[in-house]
Amino acid sequence: MRYAMVIDTLKCVGCSDCVVACQTENDVPIGYCRDWITETVNGAYPSIELELKSERCNHCENAPCVRCCPTGASHQLNNGIVLVTGDECIGCGACIESCPYDARYQHPDGYVDKCTFCHHRLEKGQLPACVSVCPTKCMYFGDLDNPNSEVSELLKKRKYKTLAPEAGTKPHVYYLI
Amino acid sequence: MDIDKRKRELVKEFSPALENYSLKTKIWIGCLVAIILVGFYAFLVQLINGHIVTGMRDNVVWGIYIINFIFFVGISYSGAFISGILHFFKTPWKNSVSRIVELITVLSLIIGPIFILLCIGRLDRLHYLFLYPRIQSPITWDIIAIMTDLVGCFIYLYLTFIPDFAILRDNKELKVAKWQKKAYRILALNYQDTTEQRERLHKITRTMSVMIIVLAIVAYTVLAWIFSLTLQPGWNSTIFAPYFIIAGLYSGVGVIIISMYAIRKYFHLERYIRKVHFIAAGIVLLVMSLLFGYFTFSEYFARWFSHKENDVHLLDTLFNRYFWEFIFANYIGVLVPIVILFFKKFRTIKSITFAAIIAVLGLWLNRFLIVVPTLETPYLPIQDTRAEFVNYSATWVEYSLSLTGIAAFCLLFTLLIKFVPIIPMSGIIDYERDQKKYNKRQPKKAVK
Repeated sequence: MRYAMVIDTLKCVGCSDCVVACQTENDVPIGYCRDWITETVNGAYPSIELELKSERCNHCENAPCVRCCPTGASHQLNNGIVLVTGDECIGCGACIESCPYDARYQHPDGYVDKCTFCHHRLEKGQLPACVSVCPTKCMYFGDLDNPNSEVSELLKKRKYKTLAPEAGTKPHVYYLI
Repeated sequence: MDIDKRKRELVKEFSPALENYSLKTKIWIGCLVAIILVGFYAFLVQLINGHIVTGMRDNVVWGIYIINFIFFVGISYSGAFISGILHFFKTPWKNSVSRIVELITVLSLIIGPIFILLCIGRLDRLHYLFLYPRIQSPITWDIIAIMTDLVGCFIYLYLTFIPDFAILRDNKELKVAKWQKKAYRILALNYQDTTEQRERLHKITRTMSVMIIVLAIVAYTVLAWIFSLTLQPGWNSTIFAPYFIIAGLYSGVGVIIISMYAIRKYFHLERYIRKVHFIAAGIVLLVMSLLFGYFTFSEYFARWFSHKENDVHLLDTLFNRYFWEFIFANYIGVLVPIVILFFKKFRTIKSITFAAIIAVLGLWLNRFLIVVPTLETPYLPIQDTRAEFVNYSATWVEYSLSLTGIAAFCLLFTLLIKFVPIIPMSGIIDYERDQKKYNKRQPKKAVK
């Protein structure tokens, strides 16, 4: 099993519902976030377009944050999800610096925190909070190893990109374009 | 040469520094202790409230603590390198500076790692680094390298101290506290200065002098890798390890010159620490400033010319928000020492010390510019975040703890030079002994 998230940039309106849902679901401290919205203007005048997308930890296959963690608090599950065990994290910040997506932050309690793909919800058979609240249904979540899953089908049919592919991290968050 | 008589003479010469604490020294120690106490309060504030009392936030999670860490470890590395070379090549003037250099090496290696502890979000879980270490993490490499370096430097420093402890133990006229005499007796390890013991000690000190050079290079290289093995703009560079080594040597030589000046002035050691020593150290500083300038130019030129998007953001930040810091660190901090040290007529003790001060300040700022602006301009541009999360500015807690580090360094240095003479007496005797042998071997007409 390889969990992945697919986000349709053509359907995203940048409402930040996903950000609020994540903060509520995961009790993210005020001022911090595990996911966020970016706005990018592509093209040249007069043919320009605004791209909105929801970003978060990419749960990379080749995760530099896992590699550089000195205690093993940052680790990867068999299903591809990258997690931080808060109780084992010493808060050295090495993973924050190694992440090219700037997806991690230091929690006010000292340990490092980030998106978990709502691992606790997945265990109950639920979708991540951000996916479940998206009003335009631009976010999809599923198993990449299953060729019939919604995410696999979308990646077969549509054009997509990943963030900073040159970093060689093999991200598991895909953006349909 | 009557060795015992010479030993007594040397103890008599250096004993005032060991026996008496002048009013000036007491005030100096009092000030240092006061700074350390304020720092201890700042540490408690940080321990109770967490990193929220510092300027470190979401993006800039490493601030001036890590800059101080790099700076102190760099000084230590440089000290180990210079001390090792002085011992290995039996440099004739090593006696004048070797102990200053050795003390700087060990003390900065004790103070430096304390700063990295202040960076850690959960200090209470520090032992996890030893209970659950993961060898693929550069942080683990760094811990292993620094601890090995520290042990190596301690052994080396102690080996160079043993003959002096023995001289102080054997001197009956020395008026120091009982515990101090007892300490000399224990620390001298029954060293009797026999030919066999002396040769064995010289052999092992020489071996250790090579080992600490290697250990220091490894430790500082690993430290550079913590940065260069990430993708962050400004850090991901193949020349970072040699660049750090040159920078470490540059700052270290600067600190050694400043210490030489202060000690010469305070202890009136004009006979031992002479202008020729300042000029020799100044020339090393000149070579280092040229190399450092060359590496700095190469680093920034490559980033500017390649014009990668994230590098452009970084250079924009450097030339706007940190313009004056950039100018001081990379222009004034390099060019002023070069100009002063290049022309013979400028090479006075005061001007060489001034050049060293400029070099040290410039180097500290250079480390700041490597760490902070990079974190403010990460690999992918940041949007819609709080200004205080992106723009770093240190708080009083960080400044106070930084000053505490410097004060602790100065305090330990002061206390140690009150415990053993700052000029190695055994080194002077060895030198005189060698000179006598050399003169005996030479035909008379060749002796000037």
